[in-house]
Amino acid sequence: MTRISCAAIAAALTALCGQMAGADTIKVGVIAPFSGPFATYGTQYRNAIEVYVAQHGNKAGEHEIEFVYKDSGGPNPDQVRSIAQELLIRDRVDYLAGFTFTPNALAVAPLIDQSETPTVIFNAATSSINKESKFFLRTSYTMWQVSEPLAQWAFDQGIKTVATTVSDYGPGIDAETAFRAAFEERGGKVVDAIRMPLSTTDFTPFLQRVRDEKPDAVFTFLPGGPPTFTYTKTYNENGLAQEGIRFLGTAETEEVNLQGLGEAAVGLTTAYHYSGAHDSETNRAFTAKLAEMFPGAVANWSSVGAYDGVDLIYHMVETSGSDGPAAIEAALGREWESPRGPLKLDPETRTVAQNVYIREVERDPASGQLVNREKGVIANVGDLGWTR
Amino acid sequence: MSTGDGMGLFLNILVDGAAYGMILFMIAVGLSVTMGLMRVVNLAHGGFALIGGTLAHWAGQDLGLAFPLALAVAMLGTLAIALPLERLVYRRIYGFGELQQVLATIGLTFLIIAAVNLWQGSALLPVPLPESFARPVDLGFRTLPLHRLVVIGSGLAVIAGLWLLLDRSRFGIRLRAAVDNRGTASALGIDTDRIYMVAFGLGALLAALGGILGAELLPIDAYYPLRYMVLFLIVVAVGGLGSIAGSFAAALGLGMIETAARYLAPDLATIAFFAIVILVLALRPQGLMGKVSA
Repeated sequence: MTRISCAAIAAALTALCGQMAGADTIKVGVIAPFSGPFATYGTQYRNAIEVYVAQHGNKAGEHEIEFVYKDSGGPNPDQVRSIAQELLIRDRVDYLAGFTFTPNALAVAPLIDQSETPTVIFNAATSSINKESKFFLRTSYTMWQVSEPLAQWAFDQGIKTVATTVSDYGPGIDAETAFRAAFEERGGKVVDAIRMPLSTTDFTPFLQRVRDEKPDAVFTFLPGGPPTFTYTKTYNENGLAQEGIRFLGTAETEEVNLQGLGEAAVGLTTAYHYSGAHDSETNRAFTAKLAEMFPGAVANWSSVGAYDGVDLIYHMVETSGSDGPAAIEAALGREWESPRGPLKLDPETRTVAQNVYIREVERDPASGQLVNREKGVIANVGDLGWTR
Repeated sequence: MSTGDGMGLFLNILVDGAAYGMILFMIAVGLSVTMGLMRVVNLAHGGFALIGGTLAHWAGQDLGLAFPLALAVAMLGTLAIALPLERLVYRRIYGFGELQQVLATIGLTFLIIAAVNLWQGSALLPVPLPESFARPVDLGFRTLPLHRLVVIGSGLAVIAGLWLLLDRSRFGIRLRAAVDNRGTASALGIDTDRIYMVAFGLGALLAALGGILGAELLPIDAYYPLRYMVLFLIVVAVGGLGSIAGSFAAALGLGMIETAARYLAPDLATIAFFAIVILVLALRPQGLMGKVSA
């Protein structure tokens, strides 16, 4: 073989390698509930991801992006750990995403530390998760982030006494602690703190007790779906609204189940980071595309958590490819416009700093649907639970 | 009047306990018929309640029918699904052992859940009630939504109707004969297949009615049967198999106890509920009014 042909082959190989590097595929493993009672989360994530891909194409810079979806069922840490392991080792994913429940996210912390895999949390809202690994980034929110501004806003509105009623589990207790701390710091008084068993089906006793205590408002945290439905009905039917005891909540009026709550929801006040009715160009483009691609689908906070998470992943892939530590570096401090409003990935907490909106449920005159109408905004709130 | 004063608290517990207990009775009475009287471990009971609730949601919300019409559509629709199921599936299940009955009926439950999920999705499926049901009724010392009074009234009507039907009618005598000894009953000229079918249909109808009337407290969604299965089973087990009156007493008693616990010690309400259930079943494994099997 001559020297020239050797050189030619080498040149051809190099060119080929170069081309392959240009058109390489970066895989993102999405771990979320796609079956069982929490399957709505998985569906919301997947719809949002597909909308994002439809809007932005499947290429980030030089790299093609491919999503691999894995079902976690409910809160299932052991299973999630093995799914993550499989994704990292067998599927060779470079990014992980999803995570609806706190225990599921915590379960993968040692793995992603070892493999240096940037992991974007679409939902799980406990502040401390991000302390477990510096490869965790969060595009949802934390309980403190929405509960504390709500408490401060309520106090400024002249609400001086509050009874808290929260479901007796991790997020509920977080919400109670956050609200109480912020409300009492301002000088408000929490007259009663009721923790309601998770299995509660009849909220009448709790709400009757609150009614008799006559506070200015009742703060609550409930898991979405049936408990929220029953609670809000009971709140109205037992005359708490009539008595002028204001309802203060956070995720209770999320969009997927909002129509199901019916008239009972009108007037409920919540502080939250996303409303499907948020008035901006980006949000209108997002919700319109979602409705076009998935008729009947409704955007809620979990859709937007996934949508922004994917946006962040695209940014990391574009700047750093599959280099985990560099990708994290590129993500920290990034600012961008989301359907919910302006976002900044806070370099310290690695959770997005965002606007928290005070909303009231109204019936939209044009569509006849119930919407979370934004009435006020507290700008650029970071994860207030980080240093608590 | 506040919960702080003893009399007011007592009345609150009494009223809310009765309302909650009656909802428990309404959602469990159908199971009391199929599992209690017919002795088939019917874990698909919640499935029939879900079918009823989903049809009522569809008829009321999507078709825009008034509540009484939607209720009728839902009950008849549930019956139209339950009777062929009895003929094709349950007739075989009656002869199974208990474990096989559990497996077969839970399988059926999953099928119903998947079907509802496919048709209506997994979000809440509210049943539109007449506006007046939400209106508070003044009881003198406090108010109660009319809906709760309607449920209390329906519960009383159901237990009276069942007592007449099962204890005082020829159908009741035949049903009890067919359950106690099917062969002999059949030999005496009782059409046991037909009796079973009617009884099963009755169970499904009551499940649908309970699902719809209970939906204010136990809202309908695709996972309804799994969410509340334990609750149905507890009411029937504590009441005693085969005893409608037992289910009634159990539902009211458990409703009162849980409500009292929620007023007095919210943190302990669930523990109190299950502790009482364990205590009752430890002392009377056959339930409050169950017959001791010979």
